[in-house]
Amino acid sequence: MNQQNDYYQTSGGPATTLPVPPDIAPEHTLNGHEWGMLSFLFSEVAFFSTLVVAYVTLHNDNLSGPTSEVLSLPLAVATTSLLLASSFTVHLATHALGHGRNAIFKLWWAVTITLGIAFLAGTAYEWYGLVVHDGLTISRNLFGSTFYTLVGFHALHVSGGVVAMLIILGLSLAKALGQAESTGARMVSWYWHFVDVVWIVVFTVIYLA
Amino acid sequence: MSLADHPSAHADAPTSPAGVDLASRLRVWTTTVDHKRVGIMYVLMAVVFLVIGGVEAVAMRIQLWSSDLEVISPDVFNQLFTMHGTTMVFFVGMPILIGIGNYVVPLMIGARDMAFPRLNALGFWVTLFGGLLTYFSLATGGAPAIGWFAYAPLTETTFARSAAVDFWALGLIVAGIGTVTAAMNFVATILAMRAPGMTLNKIPFFTWTMLWTSVQILIAVPPLTAALVMVLFDRELGAHFFDVQNGGSALLWQHLFWFFGHPEVYILILPVFGMVSEIIPVFSRKVLFGYEFMAAATMAIAFISLGVWAHHMFAVGLSRQVDLFFIVASLLVSIPTGIKFFNWLATMFGGRIWFASPMLFCFGFLSMFLIGGLTGIMLALAPFDFQLTDSYFVVGHFHWVLIGGTLFGTFAGIHYWYPKVTGRMLSERLAHWQFWLLYIGFFVTFAPMHVAGMLGMPRRIFSYEPDRAWEIWNQLATIGALIQAPSYLIFVYNLVSSYRHGKIAGDDPWDAWTLEWTTSSPPPTYNFGTIPTVHSRRPLWDTKHPDDPDWQYE
Repeated sequence: MNQQNDYYQTSGGPATTLPVPPDIAPEHTLNGHEWGMLSFLFSEVAFFSTLVVAYVTLHNDNLSGPTSEVLSLPLAVATTSLLLASSFTVHLATHALGHGRNAIFKLWWAVTITLGIAFLAGTAYEWYGLVVHDGLTISRNLFGSTFYTLVGFHALHVSGGVVAMLIILGLSLAKALGQAESTGARMVSWYWHFVDVVWIVVFTVIYLA
Repeated sequence: MSLADHPSAHADAPTSPAGVDLASRLRVWTTTVDHKRVGIMYVLMAVVFLVIGGVEAVAMRIQLWSSDLEVISPDVFNQLFTMHGTTMVFFVGMPILIGIGNYVVPLMIGARDMAFPRLNALGFWVTLFGGLLTYFSLATGGAPAIGWFAYAPLTETTFARSAAVDFWALGLIVAGIGTVTAAMNFVATILAMRAPGMTLNKIPFFTWTMLWTSVQILIAVPPLTAALVMVLFDRELGAHFFDVQNGGSALLWQHLFWFFGHPEVYILILPVFGMVSEIIPVFSRKVLFGYEFMAAATMAIAFISLGVWAHHMFAVGLSRQVDLFFIVASLLVSIPTGIKFFNWLATMFGGRIWFASPMLFCFGFLSMFLIGGLTGIMLALAPFDFQLTDSYFVVGHFHWVLIGGTLFGTFAGIHYWYPKVTGRMLSERLAHWQFWLLYIGFFVTFAPMHVAGMLGMPRRIFSYEPDRAWEIWNQLATIGALIQAPSYLIFVYNLVSSYRHGKIAGDDPWDAWTLEWTTSSPPPTYNFGTIPTVHSRRPLWDTKHPDDPDWQYE
């Protein structure tokens, strides 16, 4: 049936007279899914770093309009704690999944989704106040341009994570998660942790600096 | 061993013979997730764009034939150099290298496909549509006239009123997403799917360079995507990133672009280093000299090249300290590159060199890339760069590296692996015609540009006055372009005619040593019926010489 390896089959001589290769030690490495997700997150670091650089470079170069003083630190602390908490819950969820406790997985997974949505709602509330009360839009000045771009792309990533988690939640409600879906859930949790770490950087640069 | 030994290989092979109607063949190609077909499509896409970009170049050369000509209007000239650069970098250089990598890497490492076959197909289609979207800017009445590095504020609405720049930016964002997915796929494939026994210090050298190219893509392309998003936000939403009248920064764009742009030139050269490092040993009948040093040099280049971008910006007037940093960093790159160069020469030294077409193109690569590297060292010195920045000297330099380096090396790779892909040999006679026309035409085109640049001719001017003594150098360059042009046509003709009429290649026409040559030509869709095990860097040497295998010495 398969003959493309016939070098291996035909060119050996009497095995006893030929040098015998050493045994092959199994290699311990991450699997393809893990390397793929890590590479993706690596590229995302480069992407967000660029937006952070733009914010740091330009956010004070305003000719007019509101600056970062209009931001509300308490609100940001509240949304930040929601997102930080979601990193713990997603960890609890994947931990349960690894031990086959599907009900607990679904519970923590749903809690994570809720926290993610609550974070997005907090961002929406913040943006509403900034646009309506402070008159800060993306075209108002450079603070607006850089702030909305950085926070907006982060929120877009959170939204993507929420959608991905909703899909997995739907699958897990329909039937127990198989090997492929479990890997998917674990990779989504990596992504979620990453989005969380990005937010810590964004929070530090925008709200604490 | 002939093709007839592999009846099973033919059924699904990419080059399935006539007898199947066009519609179903199209369906097979458009829905394929086979890394080999995806790789072939990448290369074909790049060849089409190569011809388009080449026609643009010839049009510019005709305009510059003599002083005060106006064959082409100034605005169209600006569009031509913008699209020529964009096309060659994004839709020729990267796709052709990613395509060859796509085809060859899984075969080389004994895998049945890439790690994510569907993502792989997505990456190709997204890259192709990114190219089409960029060219769709023509529908706005003209392509963007901003240069391939699109310095701010030329991209702002004030200076580019039509939507051409928007299509250009969108096209590059879309293509960039395709490039990043390809890089993810290479990393996952190379790190997780190697055949048993093929540890990282035994992988074929081309695979190693594809790994580091992918790492560079992951770091360098997303910043460009982010910067292009900022351009689009400026244009579509009224943001002010590069809007200098409202406090925006033209300098920021230069930093962001060249943070992408300089690693990009290594993205375009590292895979070629890999190909050359596969071909020179096979055609010298020796092992690659200094494998470990070559591997370390590749890593060094990948890292150092992330810290050299501002050597494109010396003339901006950065501070003395910044200039010094980037001079030193840029000069540092020449050390690992020099290591590679001497190792290739040492590989050839004392070998039985066989000047078949792949080796001939390697010879072209070695001789020309050396010169391009040396003019690069000259330009890395800020005082020298102050004199010649944005002159034809620079144009001559980077074409010397990109054609003399990347293109010659890529042609070497295509001539080397074509028999594997199609089962047939390329015509050596046509390949020699192609090589010599290209080699001579290339020299005649780009050597005079260095002189014109030193005589003060700026790049991107659409015409010039007769009293500048530039005319003779421009005429030489145009003649060179006209010598080069038929070589590309011969290449395309050779690809097509050898596919039908070429000599049957067999599985291993070059008596090579890496795993792709154990498969039939073309390989079956599943590549390997049994996953091979590997004990050395030259697994095929081991099976051909069981009495004296390489693993005894590594």
